[in-house]
Parts: sequence; C-alpha cells; structure tokens
Amino acid sequence: MDVLNLAAAEAAAHGEGSAGGLPQLDLSTWPSQLFWLAVFFGALYVAMSAYFLPRIGRTIEERRDRIASDLDKAAEQRAKAEAAEKAYEQALADATARAQAIAADTRGKLNAEIAELSAAADREAGEALARAEARIAAMKQDASRKVREAAVDTSVAIVAALIGETPTRDAAAAMSQRVEDKEVA
Amino acid sequence: MIGLKAAGPMDQFEILPIVPIKIGGLDLSFTNSSLWMMIAAGAIFAFFFAATRGRAVIPGRIQSAAEVLHEFMADLVRGTIGHDGMKFFPYVFTLFVFILVMNFFGLIPSIPGAPHEFHTFTPTSHLVVTFALAMLTITIVVVYGLMKNGLGFFKLFAPSGLPWWLYPLLVPIEIVSFLSRPISLAVRLFANMFAGHIILKLFATFVTMMIGAGGIFAAMGIAPFLGAVGVTMLEFLVAGLQAYVFAILTCIYLSDAAHAADH
Repeated sequence: MDVLNLAAAEAAAHGEGSAGGLPQLDLSTWPSQLFWLAVFFGALYVAMSAYFLPRIGRTIEERRDRIASDLDKAAEQRAKAEAAEKAYEQALADATARAQAIAADTRGKLNAEIAELSAAADREAGEALARAEARIAAMKQDASRKVREAAVDTSVAIVAALIGETPTRDAAAAMSQRVEDKEVA
Repeated sequence: MIGLKAAGPMDQFEILPIVPIKIGGLDLSFTNSSLWMMIAAGAIFAFFFAATRGRAVIPGRIQSAAEVLHEFMADLVRGTIGHDGMKFFPYVFTLFVFILVMNFFGLIPSIPGAPHEFHTFTPTSHLVVTFALAMLTITIVVVYGLMKNGLGFFKLFAPSGLPWWLYPLLVPIEIVSFLSRPISLAVRLFANMFAGHIILKLFATFVTMMIGAGGIFAAMGIAPFLGAVGVTMLEFLVAGLQAYVFAILTCIYLSDAAHAADH
C-alpha cells in the first residue's frame, strides 16, 4: 500500500532528522531560548510597567474622574434648580399669604367703616325720629290746648246765650276739665 | 515527498538557528524560537502603542480592547491578591499577554514552501521556556513572601488551627505541594501546547497521506481534515485558557505569599 510506504518513508526521514529524540530535551538549545526569552520578556515588561499600563490606567482614571465630575456638576445644577423652585414656591406662598392678609385687613376695615356709617345713620335717624316725635307731641299738645280753649270759649258763649250771664273763663275751664276727666274715666 | 520531509510530528519543535551567535562557548543563536518571541513581543508592542497613542476620553476600537484587557487583568490581580498586590499587576499582565500571543501566533499556518526555520513556531511548546517563566513566578513568590512576612512565610507549610498530630503529616504534604508548583505550572502550559501541536500535525499528515494515496483514501481524507479544523478551534480555546490559567495561578501563588502569615 502506498499509504504504508509513505508512512515508512516518513518515519525513516524523521529518524534521520532528529536522532536526539525530543527537541525539547536538547540541552544545547536551552541557553539561547532562555537568553532570548529574558530579552523579549524583559523588554516587554519594562515597556508595560513603565509606559503602556500607566498610560492606560491614567486614561481610565481620567475618564472616571471626568464622568464623576460631570455627575457632580449635574447634581449641583439639579440642586440649584430645586432650590430655585423652592424659593419660587416660597415666594408664591408668601405672596398668597400677604394677599390674603391684605384682603382680610381691607375686609375688616370696610366692615368697621360700614358699621360706623350705619351706626351714624342709625343715630341720625334716631335723632330725626326723636325730633319728629317731639314736634308731633308739641303739636298734639298745642292742638288739644286749642281745642280746650275753643271748648271753653264755646261753652262760655253757650252759657251766655242760655242764661244771659257770662261765666268767667276759669269756671268754664274747670267745668270743661271735669267733663274731660269724666270722659276719660 | 519533499513536502512531507518536514512532516514528522516532532520536527515542528526543532530549534533552528537563524543568526548563529556564540558568546564564550555559550550558544545564544537567534533561532526560530527567538524569532517568534520577537514577533509576539513586537505585535504586543505595536498593539499597545496604537492603543495608547490617542488616550481619548471616548476610546476607539483598539483603545477599548486594551482598556478592557487592562481592567480584566487589574480586576483579576485585585481580586486574588488584594489592593497591595497591584505592584505585581505589570508582571502578571506582561506574563498573560506574552504567553497568550505566543500561543496564538503558534496557530498561524506556516507559509507553504518557506524554509523550515521560518515555519510558524510556538516558543511556549518548549519546557525550558515555560519552566523559566514558572521559576520566575515562584522566585518572586518566595522573595516577596520572605520580605513581607519574614519567617512567618513558612506558616504557609503549617496552617494554624489543626490538631497537633496532623502536622507531621500535613507539613511534608504542604512542602511537596509547594515544590511541585513551578513544575505543574510549567508542565501544564508546555504539555498543552506540545500535545495540541502534535495532534494538529498528525491530522494534517493524515490528510496529505490519504490524498497522496488517491482513490477512496483521498475521499476519506475529509475525515482527518475536519478533525484538524476541530482541533484548531479547540487549540484557540486552549491557547487563551492556558495563558489565563498561568496568570491566575501566578496571582494565587502571589496571594499566598502576601498572606502567608495570616494562615
């Protein structure tokens, strides 16, 4: 079989090529491997620790700081806005209270004035009524006096006509008074 | 036949010099392994250079990706070691990114017909590389643990609050467990990369062999091909996962060192 021939040929070639067995165990290559590992690993370590990693770390740090400071600023602005809102609400409340106070004050003042005015009007009306009543009473008195006088005069005249003798006014008045009292009784 | 010559499953791990360098009898050649370490490091450097150039408040795509990675690893380090563990953040970060990119780049298919030394290579598929990284971690753990806790560091091996007769049993177990940490850390990463690439290579070899055999075998070649596709997807998961596991275990060991005296 071709496959077997190939495998055999290859095994032979392999056997020739590396008679020393595993290349990993070939001690003669170790110094070179160790030396170049040290060179490249060392160079990479120096580059990483001295330059690249601090640079990346700083970039990340700066970004974190910036985000934090932006958030702080936002919070500050928000606090300011909230304070402004609170101040506005306070001002509004104050204004409302003041307006209410002014309204209440004005209402009180007006009520007082109205009360005063109505009291004055009442007083005036009372006075006018009293005056009117006094006048009415005076007129009444006057009228009754005049009626009485007229009655006395009439009675004097009647008596004079009946008996031809003129009674004194006082007698007539006394009589008339007596009649009046009797009527009242 | 020429194409199949490099098809042995172990050949892909061969270390091949590109620029031979010898210093005092020590072979420090720039090899294919070094090349892919350099490519990985270079790609990481280029990526982070592009990502950190702008430093925009509103990040672009690359910057976002780098920042997500940064936050992800920073959370991991902070979460496992605590706040004072952040001094290890660059180390854990570099470890994670370097291993991750070396693992990932190892999955890029080689350019067909390229010389063997320029084939794709996974440096983390070599035990010495992963062991070196593991030993680095453990060395940091021990040095930091002793610096921070003094002799209290050794409480790590004798957790308080247990009945006295348990200690003769527990202390040796804790010591062995501590000593096996660098080995397990190194072998876990190495073995995952090594095994994954062998399986990939085996499936790929089956495909070429069966197509080469022709006839009904060529048609059946679809099976190992689908297998290779599946394993490739799995290997992407493993590449990411193993880098993450290495980083998180490093964090846990460092956390042990940081809080050894509290035990």
